[in-house]
Amino acid sequence: MSTNHKQVSPLPSATIRFAGDSGDGMQITADQFTRTSALLGNDIATFPDYPAEIRAPRGTLAGVSAMQVHFSSDEIFTPGDTLDALVVMNPAALKTNLRDLRKGGILIANQDNFEKSDLDLAGYDVNPLHSQVLEDQYQFFKVPMTKIVREVGKDTGLTTKEVDRCKNFFALGLVYWLYGRDMEPTLRFLREKFATKPEIVDANTKALKAGWHYGETTDAFASTYKIDPAKLPPGNYKTVMGNQALAWGLMTAARLSGKDLFLGSYPITPASSILEELSKFRNFGVKTFQAEDEIAAVTSAIGAAYGGAMAITTSSGPGIALKGEGIGLAIMLELPMLVINIQRGGPSTGLPTKTEQADLFQAVIGRNGESPMPVIACRSPAECFDVAQEAWRIAVRFMTPVMLLSDGYIANGSEPWLIPDFNKLPKIPIHHPGPRENGEPFLPYQRDELLARPWAIPGTKGLMHRIGGLEKQDITGNVNYEPENHQHMVNTRAKKVENVALEIPLQQVDGPEAGDLLVLSWGGTYGACRTATEACREDGLKVAHCHLRWLNPFPRNLGDILKKYKRVLIPELNMGQLRTLIRAKFLIDAQGYNKVQGRPFAVQELINEIRRQLGQGGVQHKKDDAQIAELAGTAANGG
Amino acid sequence: MPTEAPTLTPADFASDQDVRWCPGCGDYAILATMKKVLPQLGTLREKIVFVSGIGCSSRFPYYMNTYGMHSIHGRAPAIATGLKAARPDLQVWVVTGDGDGLSIGGNHLLHCIRRNVDLKILLFNNRIYGLTKGQYSPTTPLGQVNKTATMGVIDNPLNPLSIAIGAEATFVARSIDVRTKHLGEVLKRAAAHKGTAFVEIFQNCNVFNDGAWEYASKKETMFDSVVELEHGKPMIFGKNKDKGIRLNGTEPEIVELGKGIKEDDLLFHDEKAPTATLAYLLSRMQYPAMPTPIGVFRDVDAPKYDVELNKQVEAAKAKKGEGDLNALFSSGDTWTVA
Repeated sequence: MSTNHKQVSPLPSATIRFAGDSGDGMQITADQFTRTSALLGNDIATFPDYPAEIRAPRGTLAGVSAMQVHFSSDEIFTPGDTLDALVVMNPAALKTNLRDLRKGGILIANQDNFEKSDLDLAGYDVNPLHSQVLEDQYQFFKVPMTKIVREVGKDTGLTTKEVDRCKNFFALGLVYWLYGRDMEPTLRFLREKFATKPEIVDANTKALKAGWHYGETTDAFASTYKIDPAKLPPGNYKTVMGNQALAWGLMTAARLSGKDLFLGSYPITPASSILEELSKFRNFGVKTFQAEDEIAAVTSAIGAAYGGAMAITTSSGPGIALKGEGIGLAIMLELPMLVINIQRGGPSTGLPTKTEQADLFQAVIGRNGESPMPVIACRSPAECFDVAQEAWRIAVRFMTPVMLLSDGYIANGSEPWLIPDFNKLPKIPIHHPGPRENGEPFLPYQRDELLARPWAIPGTKGLMHRIGGLEKQDITGNVNYEPENHQHMVNTRAKKVENVALEIPLQQVDGPEAGDLLVLSWGGTYGACRTATEACREDGLKVAHCHLRWLNPFPRNLGDILKKYKRVLIPELNMGQLRTLIRAKFLIDAQGYNKVQGRPFAVQELINEIRRQLGQGGVQHKKDDAQIAELAGTAANGG
Repeated sequence: MPTEAPTLTPADFASDQDVRWCPGCGDYAILATMKKVLPQLGTLREKIVFVSGIGCSSRFPYYMNTYGMHSIHGRAPAIATGLKAARPDLQVWVVTGDGDGLSIGGNHLLHCIRRNVDLKILLFNNRIYGLTKGQYSPTTPLGQVNKTATMGVIDNPLNPLSIAIGAEATFVARSIDVRTKHLGEVLKRAAAHKGTAFVEIFQNCNVFNDGAWEYASKKETMFDSVVELEHGKPMIFGKNKDKGIRLNGTEPEIVELGKGIKEDDLLFHDEKAPTATLAYLLSRMQYPAMPTPIGVFRDVDAPKYDVELNKQVEAAKAKKGEGDLNALFSSGDTWTVA
């Protein structure tokens, strides 16, 4: 597969987006590109963006499904701000994604899908492919994908409709050629995925190769690009998605603590894939229970926790709202379990497939009564693996439910994961009191030095005891309504959660230990905040970055860190929830940078805000060319 | 269940907590009967768990010297499902009431029953909200005037057993708080059943709904208002055993024995009937139109969720071997950075 008759230009990194109709297979196309690039040794970060409807009306703006892949020879932490290349399969995809393509970037369009009816659905009066501005501003390639795919697929025995479905693999083949990627991993994928349908393997293989050859033989493409492998820490890697890494982390935590895993869950976007993933692993002792509702999901987990299992419930914001009473019970019973919230845009049903981090208040304070619980958040897809174990370690050490926050951006994004050796991971110790013959009453709420109570499980002789949601006397656990006792118990449960700070690492700071500005972040904004602060430091600004893993309690040195900077900026994909908690706890005038558009932060907007905070003035963006703005539509939200 | 336990007495099953139900409450009789029955089952105390929700009945676990959880309103069947799924070795009892089980927890009850989780569910039906002091419940009769129905109840009441049978319950029974001998036998049958055993217990709330089941519990009336179901036997009732139930088309009717009607003409009870038709028909019989049946309506075998779940785990291990995390981590496409 030589391309030596064309120029090969080296690049440090590139960002590409595949965009088409929901039925065009864009997610699988981008996923293949991701896996192949990872196998080539690039660092990668992805951002899938798809509508909530399974099949939104065909060809419409609302039905556009896209996925973005950032691949690099350096370590990267975001899926990229602007696109170096954009593949659009129809006019709606062009309209909703064009604004994100940088000037001079590569634009590839399937010209066969720009018929009058397609244009009407996207709201174009004239065919944008004939627009001179696209020719002038981009490296613009109109490709007759459908026609070529029909030609190469005509002898495969498939119908025209079936053959047409292969055009995403044509686009993939063309992009593989453009970036010098190997086709073999995808050919292998096709052979395995469609092992029983050789005609589908055949048609897709032909489409993929036709795409590659189209690039190689058409004069239009003058150059290909080369992105060298990234210099990641040595070891074996594989690509993981956030929810997959989380599921595997949970299974690992179960093993490390000698427990069988019980998951009570109810399907909800974007958390369902954890339930789906875990349900594959019965041979690991994993029991998944698809409950009748969110309430049964959390309460079944409470039952399993009482029985001595590693109990988990997973959901997203609306489901967590329903679980609130159950979580309160787990707090009151003082049983260990994990409550996992893959956040999405709210309130109510909100934006099911879009990302947001607006459930922090819900996690920290969103229950009746004084009901504190530890809250931990993931920062990236691969890191979910570690956070799952950390959360369970704290849950069992302190006999408490732990809220684990992720979000749609992390859940569906993927990145390389340094494969660990299970045997070298730290064990998670659990002690269950043993049988007792002496007839002395068992004291279920007798506490250790960190205020954790014993986890006695049914079946243990002599430890029969009753627990419940009513206020109880300390030590005995007997129902007790006395005023001083209630105060004592509220204080004790709060102090216990505060004690978690003694068992978690001190907060680390990236950048100067003191200075003009500290960017404080949590959750899925890690990559954008890290990249932005590093860029600002390269520009000579005294900007540091703190990323919180624990949101409750905060690391015990956080207050000291915050005081060392003239300003504290807290960017969040909510209206300022961490900022409110930080202000309340530390009495500092933290500033917010807040966005709730269902999309992650772009690095550039954070750089602009940091510069603005420091009186540096943001980097001025040239106004979009009016004609491009028109082609990109006004109503469209950009992929 | 193993019977290696030393011989226990009802007192061994009493916790050290004072029982706080109102004097005269029907719950006392049920608690006493349970303490009497459990030693006869031979199950180790530490292997027994009582799970309850909220309400007067739900205080039950506090008074039993077994493992127990007094949880939140309506959720006991879901909690017990998780417990039993994780720990199939335990004998798990759910204690609930007409408000807890049929109103706020109706959905959980329905799904627990249709999954046939191996639980013993006791629904204490007093046709009123007792703990919250006298509001109407899903089983309060139409027209009753009470705190939240000052002009009379207009919510059509539910029939707990019809609900359970509609949800494919494999064991359905009914008894009465003060008829402790009958209740004890029903509890023993429920304990012996594998799968969800659903038992409605007529329970008198002497403070907020006194006499709701008087017809079925008073000696003067009970023989003519209640028919005791016995497997394989004709349905005969009445103080003088002179009345029977006969099927007329698809409807049951009361007939007098003698006068040309023989026992063979009567409806015979079959708790093992493969379909739930007879059990459902019986669940619709209510005093005063018909005698209210008590006893075991249905007792059949079907796959149990907790058993099937644990079978899947064992089958997966047998087929794929015990899960190996390192092998999983390295599955699929991987690459090495030197």
